[in-house]
Amino acid sequence: MAKFKKSYQLGEIEIPTSALPDIIFMLLFFFMVTTVLKEKEDKVKYLIPDAEQIKKIEKKSLVTEVIIGYPKQSVTFGSEAVIQANGRIIQLSEVPQFIEESKSKLSEFEKDQLIVLLKVDKDVEMGIVTDVQQELRKANARKVVYASLTELKK
Amino acid sequence: MKRSKSRQPVKINSGSMADIAFLLLIFFLVTTTIITHQGLSNKLPPEITDEQPIHDRNLFKILINSQNKILVEGKDFESYEKLQKQVKEFVLNSGVDPNLSVSPQKAIVSLKVDRGTKYDTFIQVLDAIQGTYYEIYGERIGITAAEFRKLNSSDAADRTRYLEAREGIPMNISIAEPSKI
Repeated sequence: MAKFKKSYQLGEIEIPTSALPDIIFMLLFFFMVTTVLKEKEDKVKYLIPDAEQIKKIEKKSLVTEVIIGYPKQSVTFGSEAVIQANGRIIQLSEVPQFIEESKSKLSEFEKDQLIVLLKVDKDVEMGIVTDVQQELRKANARKVVYASLTELKK
Repeated sequence: MKRSKSRQPVKINSGSMADIAFLLLIFFLVTTTIITHQGLSNKLPPEITDEQPIHDRNLFKILINSQNKILVEGKDFESYEKLQKQVKEFVLNSGVDPNLSVSPQKAIVSLKVDRGTKYDTFIQVLDAIQGTYYEIYGERIGITAAEFRKLNSSDAADRTRYLEAREGIPMNISIAEPSKI
């Protein structure tokens, strides 16, 4: 049998690393582009529920977030579930005003297409959620999306 | 004039470039939060409703009480699979069974919760109902519910299929106002 000959000596192998910075830069640019820095820190903590039949919202410019969760600073805001919109905790009666503000940012023909993304904690009772929904009906913002994540275990 | 030095190619030491890029990369990796603009979509009813009386057979009632117990059409809830099967039968009845809906257009699934119901339970039930509808839509154009959900409305071909599937079967899910205690 023919012997395999080593065509080179072992010590000579070198992996070319000159392209490494380029690869890293590409990754860097990817993350720079996809990153959206949060303007304001959330005042409430929430854990959204799992669901299967989720859909992605295609028009992101129409989305307004309303969060219902438990306040992080329970000393000042208590331990009951509260509503957060636009980075601050608001009362239920302020919801229509907030919706109007969000609508005013949209162009005229998009105003009635506003989508409210409700990020609600799993353990919140439905009372406050329906209260918010009643306010949304009054403000004529009827498209609602209940934020949820895909279940991994199934 | 003669140059004193022979010109040598200037070399910039770029060995640390990768390290700098790595540092930046790690910074962005850590700060990135991939925003989740996804969830269960729902349309609330308009505020002023001139309520027409709905015939009982066209209404599929689901109640959830404050102990998160589910009541489906007056009977105890057994499993989400059974609920989905019942909803499907109800929607696609088209007047066959006198206790179920007259036509898919008139079929309304009513989901009524209590103020004390846990949000999670509500989402699970809503998820099951919407899943049934997507399954129905998917079956009409020969795809699964998951494939139906992924149809992109900005794509023309997808949009026609989407409209074809939804033709005549609106997703009537009514979230009734909760009962006050």
